[in-house]
Amino acid sequence: MAGRRRNLTAISPVARQHVVTAGHYYDAAVRWYWLLLVPIVLPLVTVVYNRVEPRLFGFPLFYWLQLAYVFLGCGVCFIVYRKTRGR
Amino acid sequence: MTVQLAVFIVLFAVVAVMGFVAARWRRPASMEHLDEWGLGGRNFGGWVTWFLIGGDLYTAYTFVAVPALMFAAGAAGFFAMPYTVLTYPLVFIPLIRLWSVSHKHGFVTPADFVRARFGSPMLALLVAITGIVATMPYIALQLVGIEAVLKAMGVTGDAPLIIAFAILAAYTYQSGLRAPALIAFVKDALIYIVIIAAIVVIPSELGGWHGIFDAASGKLGPKFLLAPKSQLQYITLAFGSGLALFLYPHTQTGVLASKNRDVIKRNMAALPAYSLVLGLIALLGYMAIAAGIKPDHGDLSTVVPLLFDKMFPPWFAGVAFAAIGIGALVPAAIMSIAAANLLTRNVYVEFVRPDASPAQQARVSKAASLFVKLGALLCVLAIDPQFSIDLQLIGGVIILQTLPSVGLGLFTRWPHRTGLVAGWFAGMAAGIWMLYTVPNPATHHAHFGGSAFNLSHLGGPDITIYVGFVAVTVNLIVTAAGTAIARAAGWHDGVDATAGADYHVDR
Repeated sequence: MAGRRRNLTAISPVARQHVVTAGHYYDAAVRWYWLLLVPIVLPLVTVVYNRVEPRLFGFPLFYWLQLAYVFLGCGVCFIVYRKTRGR
Repeated sequence: MTVQLAVFIVLFAVVAVMGFVAARWRRPASMEHLDEWGLGGRNFGGWVTWFLIGGDLYTAYTFVAVPALMFAAGAAGFFAMPYTVLTYPLVFIPLIRLWSVSHKHGFVTPADFVRARFGSPMLALLVAITGIVATMPYIALQLVGIEAVLKAMGVTGDAPLIIAFAILAAYTYQSGLRAPALIAFVKDALIYIVIIAAIVVIPSELGGWHGIFDAASGKLGPKFLLAPKSQLQYITLAFGSGLALFLYPHTQTGVLASKNRDVIKRNMAALPAYSLVLGLIALLGYMAIAAGIKPDHGDLSTVVPLLFDKMFPPWFAGVAFAAIGIGALVPAAIMSIAAANLLTRNVYVEFVRPDASPAQQARVSKAASLFVKLGALLCVLAIDPQFSIDLQLIGGVIILQTLPSVGLGLFTRWPHRTGLVAGWFAGMAAGIWMLYTVPNPATHHAHFGGSAFNLSHLGGPDITIYVGFVAVTVNLIVTAAGTAIARAAGWHDGVDATAGADYHVDR
């Protein structure tokens, strides 16, 4: 997989487009994009965090969990970037 | 002169010099091209893009308004958190597609893309006008941010504001997008320093985080968490704002200025660092409650400056004020460049001088940026600033109406241009009507008082929902229906100048 990727980034952009639109190789990476749904949906589920307990360092759940989602968003975007690099 | 004001002026002067020097930074052979003046050479790497887009999205107004909202409205003001978390994964794929197709075809504005994709100068004009109208009050609000810190330092009158804006206009004119890109480094460094100091110093003086949240809970009562009837508003506001953020022309300017697709992807993972800072800034509103801050003449935008004034030594309060003041300059510059590019590409070149050379386009855009800033200044000075705040609220709703053409257009060519135009008008009308029904109890205005639409107006239950979300839903339905009708009737559709592979091009 890694070998093929290097190979692909080495060829010209025009040829790469061709490979990309041609299909099967591209599809494997595209599956990682579905992961992006997690940090889109979770922050919108208010019933999970709309309460005070449990507190963390004095922060009520409502406040600390929504701050913590930032790390989730970061992490997911980073994974998807790594898995779809150069495409 | 006070220590505060001296520190503020020194930092402000440093930034002004940087703005002028920026013209020599990564110097091009010629500035006489929109790719250079308006997009900084389309060659920014990961770090510059991070500072540029971060400096662009998280504005002075945000730093002042979000804590003010928390101070007054409690938990509802924390919607900025889910909003700025979900927006990056949401726009991850659309933005790299937009970058590729724009790189391939040399698009400078979102309306350029719509023009080529749907073969419709009219639709492109609608998108351009929407962008300009949504951006103008946003620039004006940056002035409100500067005004708030000037007030806290005891500086009154219009002259300081006019001088600050004239300097901004001059270096934007000369250096284009390079100016805010370079200044963003200083702005963000100051913001990070101030916010780290704030969360270390202030809680220890106010009895720790426990004490701060208890004070807020005591004052806000049930507003400390979301009420059942406002949860839908919270969800749709966060989601709608997330959709709207990258439809603004100035955010797309930052994206198109980057070097390649990977720079954008990396930034989608790195930009949330600012969201974390924003969350902590929001909590300044609660610190202000715990510190017993009373807004100056009931003006909530003074809450944060007054908190800094009370909790920090004078010299550091000066640094904090400079951070907010400079925080206004970066987005104001980028926004005026984006609006100027729209005026040039989608009005001037399209309808006045189709054969304008790149150099002519750059000159028109530079002049237009001055014009746009003058308009924003007049908005604040001649008209009640409250007008800008109302307009900015409307701005979020109306920019969402470009979602079907700009956002969905990146994925599908299915919509017919007639359907898109009809959807735009329907969404716009629905949005403005709904905003009209919302009163503002705080300012005793009967209309345009907020973006929470009560479903009881439509005979529904007594719960609120974000106006923009409903309006864009109406837009999408009408677009789909209009497309079906246009296809059935066999109306002529525009020619798509882009090809499928264009959306994957990289450099």
